Amino acid sequence: MGMGVKVRVWGSYALFSRPEMKVERCSYDVMTPSAARGILEAVYWHPGMRWVIDKIYVKKPIKFTSVRRNEVKSKVSASKVLESYNGGKKPLYLSTKEEIVQRASLLLSDVEYVIEAHFEMTEKANETDNPGKFKDIIMRRLRRGECYHMPYFGCREFPANFELCQEEEICTAYDDVDEKDLGFMLYDFDYSDKENLMPMFFRAIMKQGVIDLRNCEVVR
Amino acid sequence: MSEVIKNRYEFVVLFDVENGNPNGDPDAGNMPRIDPESGLGLVTDVCLKRKIRNYVETVKEDEQGYKIYIKEDVPLNRSDRTACESVGIKDTEDKKVTEALKKLKKSDLDVDLKLRNYMCENYYDIRTFGAVMTTFVKASLNCGQVRGPVQIGFARSIDPVISQEVTITRVAITTEKDAENKSTEMGRKSIVPYALYRAEGFISANLARKTTGFTEEDLELLWDAIINMFENDHSAARGKMAVRELIVFKHSKELGDCPAYKLFEAVEITRKEEIEYPRKYQDYIVEVHNDKIPDSVEVKRMI
Repeated sequence: MGMGVKVRVWGSYALFSRPEMKVERCSYDVMTPSAARGILEAVYWHPGMRWVIDKIYVKKPIKFTSVRRNEVKSKVSASKVLESYNGGKKPLYLSTKEEIVQRASLLLSDVEYVIEAHFEMTEKANETDNPGKFKDIIMRRLRRGECYHMPYFGCREFPANFELCQEEEICTAYDDVDEKDLGFMLYDFDYSDKENLMPMFFRAIMKQGVIDLRNCEVVR
Repeated sequence: MSEVIKNRYEFVVLFDVENGNPNGDPDAGNMPRIDPESGLGLVTDVCLKRKIRNYVETVKEDEQGYKIYIKEDVPLNRSDRTACESVGIKDTEDKKVTEALKKLKKSDLDVDLKLRNYMCENYYDIRTFGAVMTTFVKASLNCGQVRGPVQIGFARSIDPVISQEVTITRVAITTEKDAENKSTEMGRKSIVPYALYRAEGFISANLARKTTGFTEEDLELLWDAIINMFENDHSAARGKMAVRELIVFKHSKELGDCPAYKLFEAVEITRKEEIEYPRKYQDYIVEVHNDKIPDSVEVKRMI
């Protein structure tokens, strides 16, 4: 597989929200494939390619911590914006005194992963695009630490440091643990129907610290 | 309007607190936030962003293009009308907004984008930090989730912090019933005697160029806001807080020249050897190791 890369990512906090507990956010035990894809896309992405995550190595023990924050509970509504855009008289803002809500987040602390992934070409690629070109750009960015925007672990306040993984044999925090079942986890979203985004799930099983996504069964 | 930023930036902010509570933890009775494992103090990203928004609001007083979307208080008097009319392209007489939206969506495919750009142009905080504007699924109108170029992480203290409970009294009693039985009421304050915090941030030129149009002028204002973020934020709870250092790394390219962690690692903060309990900024030494930073990255100490 010539188009594969291995990227080491680490940071002090991470929050991969479970969809079933998203009001008071609670993180999954490990990074989801969609979060890993997001990290790689923050480094490089092009409409002509698609990242596919092969394996996720868990290099640090899974630890949790919690933070409670004041958050706003409503979103910018398009109708209000339109009203203002068209010269409405009402001032446009969110009042954080009225729209406040306190929410706790259960975060992962001190995380480190290796993402093993490859990319596939899509039909949107230009004629001049080829895997070699993309691969070169990606490798260059990873070596120099260049990125489109700073990658993050689930939420933007938890930045993810990244570098090209040079290790041949990747050791993990769970080398001695034969098999750990992490239950059903979010695999990614199916964006093929723009009107109706579908979440996809898979049974996450960590074998010796590695989650292998290559032949996993994806459930919709 | 000046030009959109062309360089990636990273920044380190050092700020300290003296006899105050920089960021209360709602989970712990408003005691200062502490990382339970290391004992280091925490200040959340949103807390710092709030200060930046407040500063911009104070300085710009809702000037055209510098409005703030996420506000703390209800404004006294604001009129956005003229501003909006000047950019308005279409006019919808229809007051039933959903209906109008549906119609508009059919006649104008780019309406989502226009609204997004309108928000970015007018609101400094949306241009800087982004905003989630994905509400009107019904009318299939979606301004999108705008990711702003500026990203800030949690701030952490250099040394473990000890939070101290200070019990205070007051002579005025709230209710008449209480006044019959006692002559003073007790209250409590949590303070950190002293702590130096370090926050790290990132600015992506790509997001500025492609999405929000965050300009050089906005960047100058951001630096100003960071430097002065506590100057207009004094209160009984905060004690003495001040930004001590703002170290900015300017990459020569839009994508950047080197990994962010290398730049952050080049900023070293150590406690002076003879100091056991730091109580002032002078108890720390801040060093920027220029030899660890590539030549193409420009380092600026803004204070």
